[in-house]
Amino acid sequence: MSDNFEITNMHLDILKEIGNIGAGNAATALSQLLNQKIDMHVPKVELVSFDEMFELAGGAEKEVASIYLRIEGGITGTMFFVLSIESANQFIRNLIQDETFDFHNVEQKEMGASALQELGNILSGSYLSSLSDFTQLNIYPTVPSLAIDMVGAIVSFGLVELSHYSDEVIVINTCITQDQGDGVSSFAGQFFLLPDPPSYVTIFKSLGVL
Amino acid sequence: MMQNQTVVRVGIADMNIVVGPKRIRTSGLGSCVGVVIYDPTRKIAGLLHVMLPDSNLGKSTRINVAKFADTGVPALVEMLKLEGARTFSLKAKMAGGAQMFQFGSSDTVRIGPRNIEAVREQLKKLSIPIIAEDVGGTKGRTIEFDPETSMLNIRTVNEGIKDI
Repeated sequence: MSDNFEITNMHLDILKEIGNIGAGNAATALSQLLNQKIDMHVPKVELVSFDEMFELAGGAEKEVASIYLRIEGGITGTMFFVLSIESANQFIRNLIQDETFDFHNVEQKEMGASALQELGNILSGSYLSSLSDFTQLNIYPTVPSLAIDMVGAIVSFGLVELSHYSDEVIVINTCITQDQGDGVSSFAGQFFLLPDPPSYVTIFKSLGVL
Repeated sequence: MMQNQTVVRVGIADMNIVVGPKRIRTSGLGSCVGVVIYDPTRKIAGLLHVMLPDSNLGKSTRINVAKFADTGVPALVEMLKLEGARTFSLKAKMAGGAQMFQFGSSDTVRIGPRNIEAVREQLKKLSIPIIAEDVGGTKGRTIEFDPETSMLNIRTVNEGIKDI
């Protein structure tokens, strides 16, 4: 991955902690926004090929709603928040209290897109501000942008920067679900944080492990 | 089930070739470009899923030729020749190169159009005519090529299916 050092299990654990803290904060923010209980799953940190990365997000051809942003400042990288279309619908239904909302309805699409974009702003902002606190690095997101399309088409765009360095990617993958009570959960969304390879060293140095 | 067995899948930054009646497919092209180069008489077709325009952009010492337009197109042609395709009869079809997001560094945002240009340039260099293309726009595409009919089937999420 990088020319200078080997990524060890300890490094992966640290990245996992980043996913924990970041997505934990984002889940809290979402919980407040919806006034509902949000569960966060234990983050997974994996070194995967680009094709495997698509599989993590549901398969190259699956249609999803995804918020994309670049991370700039002390470290650089790419972040995605990926939702199935059904989850996106459900989120917006909750937010606007309208059970009839559907993304495939052209008249409603624009409002839905703007609501999701706002969701992206809130979630990525809370994820990254906790990451910034944790590492003491100055990290800021670009304006999030939304696409509703195939996983491969969306996620490959976020891999372009990375692909200059490598054919594999370290992905910090955290899943959140909404607790509907009685053990049923829905509205699953996934955060993918993909630091650019030169940023690994920066992250580890900032945390004193390199 | 039978259909799945006769379709060869190509991943991102990868390439492969088939001989009819097998078909060849790649899924979820965004800013990437899918290039099909084929010999219509011999029914041999190769598919390349290009991610970046130029291998000089690579910052790694190990190069995956299928990732870049400038190395991938010639490499695919070599593979086709080994399989018995004749250089003079080679033709091309391509799809992809969309602009999926409006934000990002300007180089990255324009990666789709740059991929398209780079592929065109390589095909021109090798005197391979482009018979049909469906490029640009803002939509993801899944493509499948049938060497028997030389048709390229293109599927998008919102705009349905078409053959070129």
